[in-house]
Amino acid sequence: MQLNVNGSTHEVDVEPDTPLLWVIREEIGLTGTKFGCGIAQCGACTVLVDGQPTRSCVTPAEGLEGAKITTIETVEDDPVGKKVVEAWVDQQVPQCGYCQSGQVMAATALLTQTPNPSDADIDAAMTNLCRCGTYNKLRAAIRSASEG
Amino acid sequence: MKDLTPDPNRPLNVSRRGFLAGTGALVLSVSLPTRNARAQGEAAPVDAYLALNTDGTATLQSPFIEGGQGVFSALAQIVGEELDLEPSQIAVECAPPGDAYKTIDGARFTGGSLSIRSSYTLMRTLGASARTMLVQAAADAWGVEAGEVTTEPGTILHEASGRQAGFGDFAEAAMDMPVPTGVSLRDPVEFRWIRQPLPRYDVRSKSTGQAEYSIDVQIDGLLNAAVRHAPRLGLTPSSVENLDEVEAMRGVHSVHMLDGAVAVVADKFWQARRAVESAKIAWEAGDSNYPMPADFSSTEFRDVLRAEAGPGVEVEAEGDAPQALENAETVIEAEYDAPFLVHGQLEPPSTTARFNKDGTLDLWLPNQAPEMFQGAAAGAAGIPAENIRIHSQLLGGFFGRHFLYADASPFPQAIQLARATGRPVKVLWTREEEFLRDANRPMAVARFRGAVDANGPAALAIEAVGEAPIGRWYGASPGQDGSAHEGLSGKPYAIGNRRVGHVFVQNPAMIGFWRSVGHSMNDFFYESFLDELAEAAGRDPFEMRHDLLEGSNRHRTLLETVADLSGGWQGTAFDAEGGERRARGVAMASPFGSETATIAEVSLDGGAVRVHQVWVAIDPGQIVNPAVIEAQVQSAVALGVSQTLVEELVYDDGEPQARNFDLYPILRPDQMPEVHVRIVESGATMGGVGEPGLPGVAPAIVNAVANLTGQRVRSLPLSKYDFG
Repeated sequence: MQLNVNGSTHEVDVEPDTPLLWVIREEIGLTGTKFGCGIAQCGACTVLVDGQPTRSCVTPAEGLEGAKITTIETVEDDPVGKKVVEAWVDQQVPQCGYCQSGQVMAATALLTQTPNPSDADIDAAMTNLCRCGTYNKLRAAIRSASEG
Repeated sequence: MKDLTPDPNRPLNVSRRGFLAGTGALVLSVSLPTRNARAQGEAAPVDAYLALNTDGTATLQSPFIEGGQGVFSALAQIVGEELDLEPSQIAVECAPPGDAYKTIDGARFTGGSLSIRSSYTLMRTLGASARTMLVQAAADAWGVEAGEVTTEPGTILHEASGRQAGFGDFAEAAMDMPVPTGVSLRDPVEFRWIRQPLPRYDVRSKSTGQAEYSIDVQIDGLLNAAVRHAPRLGLTPSSVENLDEVEAMRGVHSVHMLDGAVAVVADKFWQARRAVESAKIAWEAGDSNYPMPADFSSTEFRDVLRAEAGPGVEVEAEGDAPQALENAETVIEAEYDAPFLVHGQLEPPSTTARFNKDGTLDLWLPNQAPEMFQGAAAGAAGIPAENIRIHSQLLGGFFGRHFLYADASPFPQAIQLARATGRPVKVLWTREEEFLRDANRPMAVARFRGAVDANGPAALAIEAVGEAPIGRWYGASPGQDGSAHEGLSGKPYAIGNRRVGHVFVQNPAMIGFWRSVGHSMNDFFYESFLDELAEAAGRDPFEMRHDLLEGSNRHRTLLETVADLSGGWQGTAFDAEGGERRARGVAMASPFGSETATIAEVSLDGGAVRVHQVWVAIDPGQIVNPAVIEAQVQSAVALGVSQTLVEELVYDDGEPQARNFDLYPILRPDQMPEVHVRIVESGATMGGVGEPGLPGVAPAIVNAVANLTGQRVRSLPLSKYDFG
């Protein structure tokens, strides 16, 4: 099947139900997107599919032909994504960093759709888990990116 | 005024030993009094520590592993301060195994909140020694007295003649300098970078997906493996009934019966996983040093712990607690318990193993103790340890997960599969397989008897019941295992008659170190019971603590600081903005050489507890980076709130009932309280930073809940209760 990832078309030969996560990591070779739980609980695998934050560990590759898939590797090509990354650096958000690719993607989707989110908007959109507990820094970074 | 510190670990110039030959860099090492060195007499120091490069940068080999706690950044800050080089110009790498890196009493590990406090003087001495050698080399070249030569960051100067040069210009000449003795360290009042909230070096790479972890290791010819573990230790596969089908699945290279697991090796991990999930495996009794009983139940084990009689091996005593309790008019008793917990680090364990033609073995893996893993890998591979290269990877969280525990790491499987296939193999555990093999924070029980008079506690007898990880993994016998009773012992309160005992009960589960170890539950037990004593004495819990700290200004200051930080102590429930009823609780802890005081504010949301705010005052004695400390306290509070509200691993029929985060919830972002941190630098001996923020959280929350509801919770987590 053909998948459009980060603006390039990739011909991949996988079983149709292979999760998008493993297509991205193993077939296309982009390892910034992480495997955490495999059941859409933690969000470490979050990518954008046509701009929507998507938990790629439970999203089959089949049906994604024609969709525009964006991963952390090109998030800074997007003006909102770039602003989010700068806010992440300014606020020193990451600790171990393992969940942060997914967090940055979720925040980019949120701020693209809702440039000035309320606390309730942030609560609804930012549901990815972080075992280091960077949640307060995450929120501060989203706030500063939305103002910047 | 100079802080003249003797050199406990005098650096050695190894530039000219041929080590890193051809680099033309000044390379310093140290000869530590390691256990090996003592056994063999004088050990040859050949491990590089600090290399000064000809381009003016420096490279530091870290004895410690970076997993988000900021240790690499802090080390660069310390070395840079004394070397007089911007910390951003110092690259920090995790050192390979080597005796020079055994900086913690002859051992090397990343844990116990020990990294910075154990290596602070060593790192300063390394930086100061290299600076002195550069200055001497420049003075010789310029024909001037070394005393007239000074430095500015990255630059050597001779003011009188106006000469100056970059550090890199003299990196080679400094190679020939003798290492100075009695090097003087910078006066702390002159610090430029130590004590500053410098940014961490790896934040951008972690914000853009560029940081690489064990799971991301890529090498030529790599095969990928997925495993299914036996449902409990002590079982092993006897057959795979549909072996032909599994072997025929797409991408499958081979199927392997391992000790306690079935593995499928394939081109891609997802192919391996799909195949191993389809395997119909029959299990039979096998060998294990830690067999899990088929009928093990955590609920029943709690009853076993409760039933085990005291008083246990005495670990702390003052006055005569038994006699005082016998004579007292008012005695209260309580029994507390805390459940098994998983580490829940978001990166699942993996290992990549490659045998080389020369008989050596490369291992890429997460670990908190490279030499220990190297030794265990030597046993697993049947080759000498010196033939194994350990590539310690950035950790996707650890919290104690990556110490060496039996059957808890994928490296023996990776070694076996790499040998069997003749190819490099990466083994990755799914979250479900990780839940089956994590080394849990042990379940424990604590029993209290306390006597009160009108002032507060007059006598206190405590029994800590259970088994703890230092005893399990390092052979400490009951009475010698601080991880069983820390947080019940070592409290700062002036209670004249007290006794703490450890009642050992072997734990059938695999147990390990979990952030703040014994403190993670013992301070919850103690500080909650202290509030019970306050209630029995008719005292405000904050005021009573303040009185009990009469002998320690350090603790009193901290308690007053957290009260101030929270806007003044509020001892009774109150109406918050919007009319919501809230209450606060307070607790103190003395973990890992630091001191903390914590206040939490809670309300009820339906029948569940909501934590709104947590205030922490922390006194680590001396500090390196206040931003890192603040981040570590935020992180420790999050884990503390998580275990207080929602975490509990239940065993039935010898198996954990949760295998992923659906049935074992961890703290969600919308459950995170605001966290306010104030650092008090008392000047006391430097303490730890990574763990101390955690122990006070559970008791502060539970005390607040008691204050709000009148209900005293003695068993975690709070999600077991309906407060509606």
